[in-house]
Amino acid sequence: MHIIDRRLNPRGKSLENRQRFLRRAKDAVQQAVRRSLQNRNIRDVLDGGEVTLPIDGMAEPSFHRGEGGLHDQVLPGNRAFVEGDIIPRPPGRGGGRPKEAGEGDGEDGFRFVLTREEFLAVFLDDLELPDFAKRRLSETEEMNPIRAGFSVSGSPSNIAIARTTRLAMMRRIALRRPKPAEIEALQREIEECDSEEKRLLLEAELKSLTDKMRRIPYVDPVDVRYRRFENEPKPVVKAVMFCLMDVSGSMSEHMKDLAKRFYLLLYLFLSQRYEKVEIVFIRHTEKAEEVDEETFFYGQTTGGTLVSSALAAMRGIIAERFDPTEWNIYAAQASDGDNSYRDESATGHLLQHEILPLCQYFAYIEVGEEESDSSMSSSPLWSLYESIRSELLPLAMRKVCRKNEIFPVFHELFQKRQAKATP
Amino acid sequence: MTKVARQKERLLFDGADWDFATLQRIHDACEEIALGELGLDVYPNQIEVITAEQMLDAYSSTGMPLFYRHWSFGKHFAHHEAFYRRGMRDLAYEIVINSSPCISYLMEENTATMQTLVIAHAAFGHNHFFKNNYLFKLWTDAEGILDYLDFAKGYITRCEERYGEVAVERTLDAAHALMSHGVHRYAGKTKVDLRQEEKRQQERRVHEEQVFNDLWRTVPTGPKRNATDIDIEKRRAALGLPQDNILYFLEKSAPRLRPWQREILRIVRHVAQYFHPQRQTKVMNEGTATYVHYKIMERLHERGQLSDGHYFEFLKSHTNVVFQPAYDDRRFSGFNPYALGFAMMRDIERIVTNPTNEDRDWFPDIAGKGDAMEVLRGIWADYRDESFISQFLSPRLIRQWRLFQLHDDPEIDEGILVSAIHDERGYKYVRRQLAREYDIGWTDPGIDIVDVDLAGDRRLLLQHRAPNDWFLEEHEAKLVLQHLADLWGYDVLLQEVDDAGGVVKEHVAHPRHALYSDRSVA
Repeated sequence: MHIIDRRLNPRGKSLENRQRFLRRAKDAVQQAVRRSLQNRNIRDVLDGGEVTLPIDGMAEPSFHRGEGGLHDQVLPGNRAFVEGDIIPRPPGRGGGRPKEAGEGDGEDGFRFVLTREEFLAVFLDDLELPDFAKRRLSETEEMNPIRAGFSVSGSPSNIAIARTTRLAMMRRIALRRPKPAEIEALQREIEECDSEEKRLLLEAELKSLTDKMRRIPYVDPVDVRYRRFENEPKPVVKAVMFCLMDVSGSMSEHMKDLAKRFYLLLYLFLSQRYEKVEIVFIRHTEKAEEVDEETFFYGQTTGGTLVSSALAAMRGIIAERFDPTEWNIYAAQASDGDNSYRDESATGHLLQHEILPLCQYFAYIEVGEEESDSSMSSSPLWSLYESIRSELLPLAMRKVCRKNEIFPVFHELFQKRQAKATP
Repeated sequence: MTKVARQKERLLFDGADWDFATLQRIHDACEEIALGELGLDVYPNQIEVITAEQMLDAYSSTGMPLFYRHWSFGKHFAHHEAFYRRGMRDLAYEIVINSSPCISYLMEENTATMQTLVIAHAAFGHNHFFKNNYLFKLWTDAEGILDYLDFAKGYITRCEERYGEVAVERTLDAAHALMSHGVHRYAGKTKVDLRQEEKRQQERRVHEEQVFNDLWRTVPTGPKRNATDIDIEKRRAALGLPQDNILYFLEKSAPRLRPWQREILRIVRHVAQYFHPQRQTKVMNEGTATYVHYKIMERLHERGQLSDGHYFEFLKSHTNVVFQPAYDDRRFSGFNPYALGFAMMRDIERIVTNPTNEDRDWFPDIAGKGDAMEVLRGIWADYRDESFISQFLSPRLIRQWRLFQLHDDPEIDEGILVSAIHDERGYKYVRRQLAREYDIGWTDPGIDIVDVDLAGDRRLLLQHRAPNDWFLEEHEAKLVLQHLADLWGYDVLLQEVDDAGGVVKEHVAHPRHALYSDRSVA
């Protein structure tokens, strides 16, 4: 008898099959992920989780019998029946035998657990940052070795054999290095030669040939070539996303929740998709402050509203850290649309003349109460932005009132576009 | 030494923990009883300790330690995993593979008692059954199966590299759909030898390459013979029709398949054939294993190798395993093969050792013979579920289980008739009907390939015999038929024929040629 401990075997033996299944079920999974987003806490999204897939499209059909027809069946546990009894058929079925639990083939959907990576991959599949224009050669970081011809020096592992032998052959031909066959032929001739005089002549010739052969090596260090590589800097896309959130007193818990959900989606999307995207979190009441993500999402503050303060803060940070000639700048602002009346002109001016010209894309999300309609009457901020909006400015505006609208709106804002974004 | 200490000495283990030395001790103790006292005959054992995840892996690839890759296994894995994670379903304690050496998987979470139970159950009970039952002897090749699966996995991977994953996947999808109709139901002349399969595949290929001569293509053939010359009967005989093994027929005769596709059909067919005996012996197989583990555990306890506490732990899970809810119980989902099998084995033991007059009337051959194990070993070797039940289900057990038979005729509007119960008049009917429910020749739809219109449009004609108006489930039948047409390469017609021989329904499918890329021509 052998005992084998298999527990240490590499895990994920079924991974390959699982991926094949996912590939096959891709559309179904995508739909299911969208659906599942509507009714779960957004924090859970980070952990992946269960989605319910409709089973069709992945059916494994087989020949089997349908319902109907004449049936006999033996069952255990008779209590009161005697031979000849007639039992009324269970209601709701036209005929056929009593259906037992677990017998039916009505498997209309089954639950499927996606890992976090799988979930996000499906979830963010067709999204991107629009208008990724400014690609800059970075100063240092990413270098990409590319082939750059040959060199006479280098590491032995990079020796270019074909090139080296070609050069050696050229040199041998050019210097008329005697071929081994020629020498052999000469040697044979010497052996067969009977005239002493001629033999001496031939031997002299042989000597000169062998000398020459020794003088001219088969492969000379001059022939050796190495493959040369040059490090080429990789173009790195630098992008920054500003998240501006209104946390003032007029924002109800529901609105804050909506806004946070939106930013979580955004955060998730950026951190998963783009390695090199900086994210700046700014929250504002009557004054704005830059905060870390923890505070941004879970912090509690409240106060009045001055939208311009956030825009000013953003402008300051851009001036300080993100050179607009190098960085692709994006911003997403969420607010209930309230703004103090005296702040309106300042906000409008800041946005139109200072922020938008620097931005690749500026998305404005207006959050509303759950009962209200998405086509609610215009808030001060909405009207202001509406007046600024023009074909030339990269400003997009959406309203969101209910949780289940978050993802569609988000998706609309960041879906892949063929042409330039037309907000 | 005190008495208690001496008793302790004899115990195989104490507490729930175990290590490999414990497993070895348990195995040796079980072996002593199994071979020495029960007279079992087993393949060498190989015990593998695995994790829950590996158990799920094994579940989804039909329990085999290695298998080719296909998305459907991923689907099953996801399915099982989801149930398991939500605690809706426990994993099996073990999986055992009909191979030599006989591989049993033990879950690492099991307690020492459970490991003992599992070793007795799988490594001796199932193992003995695999080695001795005539169906397994006839249809499976325990020595060769693992090598064959290894070959199959490698072959299919190579096909994927050469012909593309998609083409291979489609072929496998189609083959899987027909898997239930890819077994030989009647024994051939030769014993299966899976070890030779890989060699035979290579030889076929080499032979084809050797005899290939492009000149033959250019040799003018004589004037075309009139189609009517070909006698229908002759044609059917040449194609081996009627043929119920659809995969076999396609492998041999489908005109448009590439050689690698034929080989894939062959692989799927072999796998189906390998599992064919297991489908016919669920009750017997589990009954044997359960009876054996019960006997072994009982003896271990009697010999003082198993403490009372551990014996109770065993009895608790044993009772769960052999629990049979009544038909009106919420938990009822058909007969539990463990329960039925175990009850019948115990009943036979009783008939052999301590028969009543009724038993003597019903079972004159075995009643009072004395040696229960000898009789049981004979039964385990020579029967399958259907014949086993129709021979050995005793009136006493029918009464004990209160079995009754329902007759559901759609013509009778009042309802379902109770046609037999556990009384003198009913025993025979109940027994015959129950046996029938385990006869896969009766429960599986019988579909034959009956004709091919070779002279005309090459349409393949199949017939489904539908006694008692048991017609095929239409939606799935259409899907399967589509796969069949894709493999065959021409139209396929499936007729459903009732008792009187009249055609009641027809299904047609047309091939989708685009599905199989022609890249393999070269």
